Amino acid sequence: MERRYERNIPALSDQECRLLRSKRVAVVGCGGIGGYLIELLSRIGVGYIRAVDGDVFDESNFNRQLLSEQPLMGRSKAKAAEARVQRINPRIEVEPVTAYLDRNNAKEIVSGCDLVLDGLDNIPARRVLADACAEVGVPYIHGAISGWVTQVAISMPGDGLIDVLYPEGVSFRDRSVLSFAPSLCASVQAALCVKMLIGRPVETGVLYYFDLLNQEFETIKLDLKKPE
Amino acid sequence: MIEVRLFATLRQGREKVVMLESQGFSTARDIIEHLDIPAGEVSILLINGFHKTPDTEVKDGDIVALFPPVGGG
Repeated sequence: MERRYERNIPALSDQECRLLRSKRVAVVGCGGIGGYLIELLSRIGVGYIRAVDGDVFDESNFNRQLLSEQPLMGRSKAKAAEARVQRINPRIEVEPVTAYLDRNNAKEIVSGCDLVLDGLDNIPARRVLADACAEVGVPYIHGAISGWVTQVAISMPGDGLIDVLYPEGVSFRDRSVLSFAPSLCASVQAALCVKMLIGRPVETGVLYYFDLLNQEFETIKLDLKKPE
Repeated sequence: MIEVRLFATLRQGREKVVMLESQGFSTARDIIEHLDIPAGEVSILLINGFHKTPDTEVKDGDIVALFPPVGGG
């Protein structure tokens, strides 16, 4: 066991730590949520991370995005993710994909991974991600934030989670995001991700909803389609 | 009475909990309209803790919970 992982023990077993090193995930979106996801998953020791984002850093990112730094203004978020992980742990393989997820590249982006993590910032892209994961047959962990609120849910292939969370005609009007929302979101997603990767039990068909303004934390049982 | 619990931004300009006389409301959609909440601002709707659609009938004694969509990242 490398010393860098000794404080993972005994919360994780030696065997579970080794298992994480063999696992592959895609983090789609390297902004608010995605930046923290990459940090958490690389530090705990997930072996391969595909970091996907076509965007570059802008001054409006600095209030919440872990990867954003003044010298990186105008630079690729996906490449910043790769560089940061190399500084933390060069034995983690990061594959930066400097493209936005779309219908043409989505299947390729989620293929070859044990699990996919939603770090996206809009509903249409989430529908594309959900469809691609259903087609490839890989689960993903949804995360979204707005203002003081964070929500997280596991989606099994074809369970229709996104259509349930975002019914036709729904739109979110609060475009603000406070700094603690993406870090909380990514922490909950990362914990679920690690449990799924090492085969510990998780609950599907539920939405974890955190309102940090009112300190209200809800577990909502969803009426999802039976996964295909 | 029907107890309506509003979450997160749906409380802005409204109470956290609204008690309504059950007469005059046949579905959850009627309640959403009565509270002047645009249809696109409700993502999750629970009736007595069960996930339902706005067309679900409501009755005296029900607890209706409404959550706004959360979509950023």
